[in-house]
Amino acid sequence: MASPEKTPVDLSLAMVTDPVALADWLVIAPLVICVLVGAVLLMVRKNTALQPMIAIPGLCLLVLVDAALLGRVLVEGPITMTMGRWLPPFGIAFTVDLLGAVLTLVAGIAALAGGIYGAGDVNDSGRRYGFYPFLFLMMAGVSGAFLTGDIFNLYVWFEVLLIASFGLLILGSERGQIDGATKYAFLNLVATTLFLIATGYLYGIFGTLNMADIATKAPQISDKAPLVTLVSLFVLAFGMKAAAFPVNFWLPASYHTPRVVVSALFAGLLTKVGVYALMRIVLLLFPAERDILAMIIALIAAATMLLGAIGALAQTDFRRLLGYLVISGIGIMFAGIALASPGGISGTVFYAVHSMVVMTALYLASGLAARVSGGFSIASTGGIYRSHVALAGITLVLFFAVSGLPPFSGFWPKVVLVKASLDVGAWWLATAILLTGFLTTIAVGRVWLLTYWRNAPSDETAVAAPISALVDYLPLIMLTAIVIILGVFPQQILELSQTAAEQLLNPVAYIRSVFPTGGVQ
Amino acid sequence: MRTLIFSTVAPYLTSLMVVFSIFVLLRGHNEPGGGFIGGLIAASAFAIYGIACGVSPVRRALYFHPMGLAGFGLLVGTLAGVLSVFFGVPFMTGLWAYVPLFGDTVALSTVLMFDIGVYFVVVGSITSIALALEERPSD
Repeated sequence: MASPEKTPVDLSLAMVTDPVALADWLVIAPLVICVLVGAVLLMVRKNTALQPMIAIPGLCLLVLVDAALLGRVLVEGPITMTMGRWLPPFGIAFTVDLLGAVLTLVAGIAALAGGIYGAGDVNDSGRRYGFYPFLFLMMAGVSGAFLTGDIFNLYVWFEVLLIASFGLLILGSERGQIDGATKYAFLNLVATTLFLIATGYLYGIFGTLNMADIATKAPQISDKAPLVTLVSLFVLAFGMKAAAFPVNFWLPASYHTPRVVVSALFAGLLTKVGVYALMRIVLLLFPAERDILAMIIALIAAATMLLGAIGALAQTDFRRLLGYLVISGIGIMFAGIALASPGGISGTVFYAVHSMVVMTALYLASGLAARVSGGFSIASTGGIYRSHVALAGITLVLFFAVSGLPPFSGFWPKVVLVKASLDVGAWWLATAILLTGFLTTIAVGRVWLLTYWRNAPSDETAVAAPISALVDYLPLIMLTAIVIILGVFPQQILELSQTAAEQLLNPVAYIRSVFPTGGVQ
Repeated sequence: MRTLIFSTVAPYLTSLMVVFSIFVLLRGHNEPGGGFIGGLIAASAFAIYGIACGVSPVRRALYFHPMGLAGFGLLVGTLAGVLSVFFGVPFMTGLWAYVPLFGDTVALSTVLMFDIGVYFVVVGSITSIALALEERPSD
């Protein structure tokens, strides 16, 4: 205190003074719902019958709120809510643009599918270990990562979803699960540490962690600060999170070990959060530095997608094969980030939506296939087409979609991405995308032929476990319906992803949403 | 560690530490202390009781499962932030109410409510870990 008498500080310039409309609460609502429902579920952890009854309505509510948020972002453009009234860059801002809103909604739908499927797939012991509380905690992390407008806060949400994913991964405490979880945990912690180091470095350079603030300041100091080094660190950290080549090896080592529904949720959600965070950093904050790294990202993209497809060809375990398909999809999303043209980014956004839905659905389908045919091994199972024709039909649709064949959802984003690569003369990237599609078709075709099409091996003794129409088929049908609708009527989602790409490439609206008056300079 | 001296002293020590943890929790807004450190003190109190007298007396004394306490804390902490919705201010804004009590004014706030939530999360999760580590097959 310099003067003995206290001079009142005028805080009104640093605080939100306008009343907050109820509709603005949509920005934070997905997160609040996840944490509140998760907390209640944690309190009733021992009551295994009650848990799905709370969790599934909670997830339905989450999807509705996510949809309302998307509707509002579509009408109003990016919207911001600042925590605790302190204006950014001091307070933590949650800023939602179209990219974040779309991905949150799709993540919510995938979680709803997983929650319903989990009611049949996760037994009482798994529920007592906390399947549903962990699911909600993970969804809090995923939604928070998609919605936040602050880089350190993004790191915190990454930690939240990571901790929840550790819990989900070892739900059965089996030997293989602990083995997979150790690899997963170690490599993800390395990635998280890199992310934290890069964030500290970023704070040292800019003195701020607010994304909109950094986006305005980055062009001014790009020649004075080692921003390319910083962005390379972020690319490595998020590449590891997203399982891009050459730091992808943790994914095939762990994704086939947990319960099917957990694999499905991981494949649908977690790697995409890495891709999303990379898009945020390199496209919104540091576009100039991304241009320097574009060739490296393109090479990573091509290597990742081809490695994923070739890895899938070599597998004989259905779930391991799907793990490689997740990696191959990551490569395709990276291609759009490398191109960074409006077409490329919209292709990436569309492909992220497609991949979240289709990978979740494929894992769920693989779980049902294993239940009726007695295992995940492609070599020793068979006869599903004869015994369960509906399951076989749904899986065929998903196989077409994941290979990028029309008329399903995987086709359009690949068209957009191939066109975008040819527009800039990157013929080799376009070739890699097409080749990946071809190899993926062969890989899943092999599963279709062996596990579904051919007759069951004659020494079949295992009695097929029953499939219940509601909890087992409903989530699968729900996701497959989305795959078909996105494939047959792609216009809406194409326009949506184009708008999302424009908002990323030209972040004026994003920045104005955080700093309505032009911000603190 | 079930020596006579330790198991005689432990209940008194535990109750003293729990009272102290609540004191630390409540003074935390303006002075050193708060929900996190208070929670740690309470959790170590339960851990000491567990070392001295075994895990099942602690579980009986707590009545609720420690993870349930942590869930309760998470609920309280989040609700403290959600209360702002009724006052037209953003999530997690500190709201204050001055209540006259015994001729004095007591400042109640959502900040304190959040801190109580933190206290329960820390007590619940750390106690849960400590008891799991102390649990022996013989107990």
